[in-house]
Amino acid sequence: MEKFTTLSAVAAALPEDNIDTDKIIPARFLKTTQRTGLGKYAFDSMRYRPDGSENPDFILNREPWRKAEILVTYDNLGCGSSREHAPWALLDFGIRCVIAPSFADIFFNNCFKNGILPIALPRDVCDQLMSDSTMGSNARLTIDLPRQVVIRPDGEEVPFEIDPFRKHMLLEGLDDIGQTLQHDTEIKTFEQKVDGERPWMPTITLD
Amino acid sequence: MVPRTLFDKIWDHHVVETLPDGTSILYIDRHLLHEVTSPQAFEGLRLAGRRLRHPEMTMAVVDHNVPTSDRTQPIEEPESRNQIETLERNVKEFGVPYFPLLSASQGIVHVVGPEQGISLPGMTIVCGDSHTSTHGAMGALAFGIGTSEVEHVMATQTILQRPAKNMRVTVEGQLAPGVSAKDVMLSIIGHIGTAGGTGYVIEFAGSAIRGLDMAGRMTICNMSIEAGARAGLVAPDDTTFDYVRNRPFAPKGEGFEHAVTFWRTLVTDEGAHFDKDVALRAEDIAPSLTWGTSPETVLPITGNVPDPAQEPDESKRAQMQRMLDYMGLEAGQKIAGTPVDVVFIGSCTNSRIEDLRAAAQVAAGRKVADGVRAMIVPGSGLVKRQAEEEGLDQIFLDAGFEWREAGCSMCLGMNPDKLTPGQRCASTSNRNFEGRQGPGGRTHLLSPAMAAAAAVTGCLTDARELV
Ligand code: SF4
Repeated sequence: MEKFTTLSAVAAALPEDNIDTDKIIPARFLKTTQRTGLGKYAFDSMRYRPDGSENPDFILNREPWRKAEILVTYDNLGCGSSREHAPWALLDFGIRCVIAPSFADIFFNNCFKNGILPIALPRDVCDQLMSDSTMGSNARLTIDLPRQVVIRPDGEEVPFEIDPFRKHMLLEGLDDIGQTLQHDTEIKTFEQKVDGERPWMPTITLD
Repeated sequence: MVPRTLFDKIWDHHVVETLPDGTSILYIDRHLLHEVTSPQAFEGLRLAGRRLRHPEMTMAVVDHNVPTSDRTQPIEEPESRNQIETLERNVKEFGVPYFPLLSASQGIVHVVGPEQGISLPGMTIVCGDSHTSTHGAMGALAFGIGTSEVEHVMATQTILQRPAKNMRVTVEGQLAPGVSAKDVMLSIIGHIGTAGGTGYVIEFAGSAIRGLDMAGRMTICNMSIEAGARAGLVAPDDTTFDYVRNRPFAPKGEGFEHAVTFWRTLVTDEGAHFDKDVALRAEDIAPSLTWGTSPETVLPITGNVPDPAQEPDESKRAQMQRMLDYMGLEAGQKIAGTPVDVVFIGSCTNSRIEDLRAAAQVAAGRKVADGVRAMIVPGSGLVKRQAEEEGLDQIFLDAGFEWREAGCSMCLGMNPDKLTPGQRCASTSNRNFEGRQGPGGRTHLLSPAMAAAAAVTGCLTDARELV
């Protein structure tokens, strides 16, 4: 997983409550064998018109927000079905940080699992960040994870909370797998012990 | 030392380390893969530049999506074909032992594992499929996992887990003639309910369980999930060891003897604590089946469909009525005699040679009733071959059954074998949810003998009348 330290990027505002995982990626795109490449389906129902062409009014279809890496929304982001495809689609679109007054639980966890930083900030602060984000190509926010602050375009710093363990995982780019692999020595010791105690344990080899 | 349950022992043998928050890094001995839940996990490995830690402890097979008709033709459904081709590319790239579609050993992952001696007593076994509990019949701790966890096991050969609670279901006594393992398990689920095992690993014990052959024990453990449990297991004994001996991937020669010495220690200690203990008497169990769209809606074949009017709880009453409407049944009607359209004998619950023998015993010398489609789908290519050597295929074909290739088939609506809306199916599988066997399909779960009886009479029938 990519490390997350500081991110200075364009932010896009989606001023809506309850943006559910079906809005983030509709169910019909789930019969896939991949977790990458889902970015083109992100926000499908808002991004495209019924004939399949881009909706020019939708913020993520406009410059400079086409390249947004930060998303600011209202309450309960990521509610609905627990599909892990939602963070996969956001990440593939290029989003690394989502800011909202509140998040749905599983979505919140799945963001961390996939290297996306979810930041919970009060609604009035989200309003300020949304208005910052309208300042065209000056719409850049900086997320400083080590210092736990969001830096607004005028230099004002907004502090945020994060679980220390999750912060560590993001800073080091560790997913659950990376975390477990930090116990590699213990796993190796265990494997040697079993080899010694149960040498008859067969392996599976086919020609 | 504190007396331990079988589950406690297998758990303790596999804890690499317990983390401060109480989660354990649990070592996994066998990781089984199929085409539906593995692709994103392989992709995750590739993206992170990781390899499989132990491909030689991993096995892959195609089962969910495969057609069970003519295999020489290309697979028609593009999504199924894509998943199968993706698995084939992945096993090659990552060096995973694989039973391809045209191999004689191909079959349902939960049939293939034990049959090949890949699943052995005392092991931890995982697969991205809930019915992994089947392998618990070997005296192993076996459970289903999600896609992120599949990737975690691939990369680390471990999983992050908290211990489950211990539950014991004891069935003492002698099963009546014509009562099978499926009837026992349906009765257990009917008794404890689909949430009865939530949070538990169930050990099945008692003389009636010990008297079952391995196929019967697999049927029981298979449906632990339908009882809400994380896993089910049966302590390994001579029946288990005789089954394992000489399987292709089992330990050989002296190694086997050492293994058996160790496996004999895998029993629950006298006085070990169970958080929940349930007992059934074997004599009370009749040939059974489900009438509704939840596996706990169990009824003896001699019984009547329940009447919602008798149910005091309003929400339960409404739910029962919904089930009756969906299933096209009348409150209080006798269940025997209900006409069926389709009979499905197969799935990881009941597709082993013993199951096919039980069905053949009923089918022999009879004909599938007019207007009924009856299919036999062996659990693996090896089961199919064995059945053909015993002449069972001829019995079925003479009676008018379809004799098909191995796979999940009509257990789930994912391949061409599907029910159409309103069709009623007597099925040896494990789930009867709305639409499970195809949109609008009506499923009655029952044993192979009862399924065969439904096929030859055209309606739900007490198989004991036919043998
Ligand atoms: S036979 Fe049915 S329950 Fe068993 S693995 Fe296949 S789909 Fe799942």
